[in-house]
Amino acid sequence: MNREEANQEVLKRLQDSEPWLVGIGRAIDVIPGMKKNLLLHAGPPIEWVEMCGPMQGAVIGALIYEGLAKDEEEARKLAASGAIGFEPNHEHQAVGPMAGITSPSMPVYILHNKKYGNYAYINLNEGLGKVLRFGAFSPEVIDRLKWMERVLGPVLKAAIEQSGGMDWKALVTQALQMGDDCHNRNRAATALFAKQMGQHLCKTGFSDDDISSVFAFINGNEHFALNITMGMCKSIADAAHNVEGSTIVTAMARNGVDFGIRVSGLGDRWFVAPANTPKGLYFPGFSEADSNPDLGDSTITETIGIGGFAMATAPALVSFVGGNYKDAVKFTLEMYEITGTENKNFKIPALDFRGTATGVDLVKVLETGSVPRINTGIAHKNPGVGQIGAGLVTAPMECFKKAARYMVEQKQNRKQNASA
Amino acid sequence: MNTVNDIFGKQLKILNIGLEQFADDLTSQGIPCIQLDWRPPAQGDPEAADLLSLLLE
Repeated sequence: MNREEANQEVLKRLQDSEPWLVGIGRAIDVIPGMKKNLLLHAGPPIEWVEMCGPMQGAVIGALIYEGLAKDEEEARKLAASGAIGFEPNHEHQAVGPMAGITSPSMPVYILHNKKYGNYAYINLNEGLGKVLRFGAFSPEVIDRLKWMERVLGPVLKAAIEQSGGMDWKALVTQALQMGDDCHNRNRAATALFAKQMGQHLCKTGFSDDDISSVFAFINGNEHFALNITMGMCKSIADAAHNVEGSTIVTAMARNGVDFGIRVSGLGDRWFVAPANTPKGLYFPGFSEADSNPDLGDSTITETIGIGGFAMATAPALVSFVGGNYKDAVKFTLEMYEITGTENKNFKIPALDFRGTATGVDLVKVLETGSVPRINTGIAHKNPGVGQIGAGLVTAPMECFKKAARYMVEQKQNRKQNASA
Repeated sequence: MNTVNDIFGKQLKILNIGLEQFADDLTSQGIPCIQLDWRPPAQGDPEAADLLSLLLE
């Protein structure tokens, strides 16, 4: 296939995928390659000593949660000892928001792409503020994770199985028309989940107290649906990965130090550059000086054409991430210049139901000089603090140049080999 | 030379390319001006332009 044909195939897969939420399992039981002494993290590969503060904080919390360390000091020693492995979620058919730490005992959603047969995995959203994914590891964080393992996971698992699964693309399609961008605004998607799943939650056989606590948790967590949506995006992006000759991006992810991309036609290689720092709105008492550079796998939403690429559909989002609605529309329109198509499923009512900009094309990024625009949560740069705000950020151009250089090298090598 | 000077006595039709500020200044003075959304290929970055030509050849 030539580049055009390869890209058309990728764009077809990005839109024809049929991602369903089909269940919940323990990470160690369901995630391919997961091990007892392995922690998965957001973004491209990184080792313990190089990790940013919030990712180190999340590692410390995960080791305490797993019972492998009793406190911060023990956790730091263990993490630095070499006894714990660190690998990207993306290399295990998984994704994770912010620090993205996925540990063996965590319950994870299972997303099945029924059209192409692949699966994706992601842990459950903890809410905002002092949470593991933003680097907090105080007792309340660990207690919540334990409750999620003991109650939330099993109750949701039973309800999802009883429902026969949920067509998550249909839910996201609807949520986008209800004012969610499905990255930093997830109110509609969360409400739709509760509405559709309520009848099944009530029939799980768990106690009234347990079921009530699950409903209360969903009601108190406006980002509840984010993780399921991210899992959906991963199951779509993986189906579109590894199409030879394609210049469409199939992963964008940040580890808090570097921003990395993968390109469909360039295999599993990461192309990385230093991550930018978001500009946004901060919780009282915090400022940009406290913020960590861009962090998390949640850019998988923009990768498949929602999130920052659909900001025009979420006017209320600007009150959370900063800026104004005029800019949100401008940013959304700019993304059409660097993408391969307008999504046939995901539509923006405010733009006369125009499909969202879908499939970032490396060639178009270089041609226009425009880079993907992302909205994101902001973590404190120090471990143990948590979320301090939300804002907007861009992908660094250097990632795209590195991928282009590699693709040119490959092309030249093939020519040399053919003429030898 | 005289021909050039003639235009200052007429109602100008202005198309601005590049910095929007120039168009904004004219508009604020009541002079109609169209802003053309144009950027140099590869944003004027010679390395990106070279990569593009090699990728697309």
